[in-house]
Amino acid sequence: MRFFARRLVFYFVAAWAAVTINFVIPRLMPGNPAESLFQSMQNAQPGELKAIEAEFGVGHDGSALHQYGQYLANLLHGNLGHSVILSAQVSTVIGQTLPWTLVLVGSATVISFFTGTLLGILAAWRRGGWLDRVLPGLTFIQAMPYFFLALLLVDGLAMHLHWFPEQQGYSQGLVPGWHASFIASAIYHSILPAITILVTTMAGWMLQMRNVMITTIGEDYVLAAQAKGLSPRRVVMAYAARNAVLPQLAGFGLALGFVVSGALLMEIGFSYPGVGLTLYNAVLSEDYPTMQGIFLVIALVVLLANLIMDAAYVLADPRARSREAR
Amino acid sequence: MAALRRLPETHVTAPTRRQRGVAWRQLSLKAKVGAGICGFFVLMAVFGPLFEPYDPASQNQVGAAGAPSLQHLLGTTSLGQDVLSQLLAGTRATLLVGVGAAVIATALSIVFGITAGYLGAWWDEGLSLFTNVVLVLPALPLLIVLLGYLPKSGITSTILVLGLLGWPWGARVIRAQTLSLRTRDFVAAARETGESSARLIFFEILPNEVSLIAASFVSTVLYAVGTSVALAYLGLYNVDSQSLGTMLYWAQNQNAIFVNAWWWFVPPGIFVALLGAGLVLLNFGIDELGNPRLREAAGANRIDGRRWRPADPTPVSRSLGAGGSPR
Repeated sequence: MRFFARRLVFYFVAAWAAVTINFVIPRLMPGNPAESLFQSMQNAQPGELKAIEAEFGVGHDGSALHQYGQYLANLLHGNLGHSVILSAQVSTVIGQTLPWTLVLVGSATVISFFTGTLLGILAAWRRGGWLDRVLPGLTFIQAMPYFFLALLLVDGLAMHLHWFPEQQGYSQGLVPGWHASFIASAIYHSILPAITILVTTMAGWMLQMRNVMITTIGEDYVLAAQAKGLSPRRVVMAYAARNAVLPQLAGFGLALGFVVSGALLMEIGFSYPGVGLTLYNAVLSEDYPTMQGIFLVIALVVLLANLIMDAAYVLADPRARSREAR
Repeated sequence: MAALRRLPETHVTAPTRRQRGVAWRQLSLKAKVGAGICGFFVLMAVFGPLFEPYDPASQNQVGAAGAPSLQHLLGTTSLGQDVLSQLLAGTRATLLVGVGAAVIATALSIVFGITAGYLGAWWDEGLSLFTNVVLVLPALPLLIVLLGYLPKSGITSTILVLGLLGWPWGARVIRAQTLSLRTRDFVAAARETGESSARLIFFEILPNEVSLIAASFVSTVLYAVGTSVALAYLGLYNVDSQSLGTMLYWAQNQNAIFVNAWWWFVPPGIFVALLGAGLVLLNFGIDELGNPRLREAAGANRIDGRRWRPADPTPVSRSLGAGGSPR
């Protein structure tokens, strides 16, 4: 239990840090977002500056501590502020865009993880086979920027061959909802973005799994399993891979930050209507409340995913439990 | 560039005497290719601008958006700028950001990692917590928000921000290695002879972490290059500067795809991917140099690039970090 207590403390501190960074950044930066917005507004009344400042929480009323308390209270009520540019509550905007990202990135990441791990097992098992030999070449694809791959795919498959749509999350003219034509359109539009995530992340899982597998296959207990006359499949999957997958699980949480970063770029490349594109548009239009709200939500989702992975890890590795139980 | 950043392996083997002057031919082919690619890019960053056929910024409406020709080996942009010249200037700027940020980040990771690992106890608890918190917060959204508040930020602020956010990976592995080295006999012996803490750190512990630090430096360059290219592509820093990311930004901005000007957006992307692959391969080589186990295995049973030893519970696992793994 001590393990969980420590982890909970850690996640609590991390969440607090994210929340506080979000509070501090606008106050440390030069200039005042309310003023820049005020100047960009046509026929704005002088009194409105105060109102905007209050909206952004950058007004000068009250001490910093008071503002911080106010900010925390707002957060607890799920109030992330109001976006003047989008004329909507930030929480509503995020509620509309987050599902797009979660479904696409989530499913692509899970597929990438499983396929990559399986291919890694194969590459290690058939040492020196063709799969094993193409691996160094994969570092090249892996090092390719997400958005560049997105550009290439759009250029080749969408612009020239017209196999896939170039942009957006669904065809124009369709009303989002739970009906077949919309869902089909959404899936069709998500294929290229998903391929981008798969291609750029799978090589990483594969390389790591292969490398751990090669070490694990050399262990004595694997030799013992072979000596017992177990089938190769059983030896590889139930003996070697079962243990070799642990670092994969552990690395998952850490890699997630990169997956999220990559997904942001992918969304921008494909104009996919998720949080990444919204964050980008918010930055371009200097929509500070939306920017901050999205950063906070991304940070908290990543923390939550890490927490889940931690729990999964403890379930998968009894050593993690016993070692921490000291 | 997702799972690209890997934690360099924490070498928990006994620090075998490092063999100096390992012959080039002892390296695996991968490492040689990586070193070759990186060397090529460094040379290009240093001397490339001498060979720029044109001023990368000068515009010439006559030959705008021209396909590769003898005058313009890689064609021109829609403003008539020479793509080859931009590529050479951009490589220099991009590499500068990568190396600059990596120098800052590596220095920070050494300070944090050694302090936590050497002093232990509450220092370790506090610094590890801090490291893991910075590690688990998604860096790119944070950078986007930060640079969103700092419009038109130049190369210096980008280097600073990337450097200040890029240290936790290195700090984690250096801490783990320091923790393990601290208790070794040779360090204990040196302590018994009355050597000062500073001497213990700089002459006994640090020299044994050189390969780890080098590997961490290389992967930080990789992270900084990738992130800075992404940020430049998003137009989040000075779009008038020359860099590979800025080239991609303008190519996208001017609809290079729709006018089918492949010579404009393909070369910078390929350069970034090549540089990245070179850095990854170079890191394999550094692992081989620093970890004799990998090199001994370089014969029939080569285990180059091996990163993880699941069977070894390392000191890292004592206070499980963000990943919470025995690594």
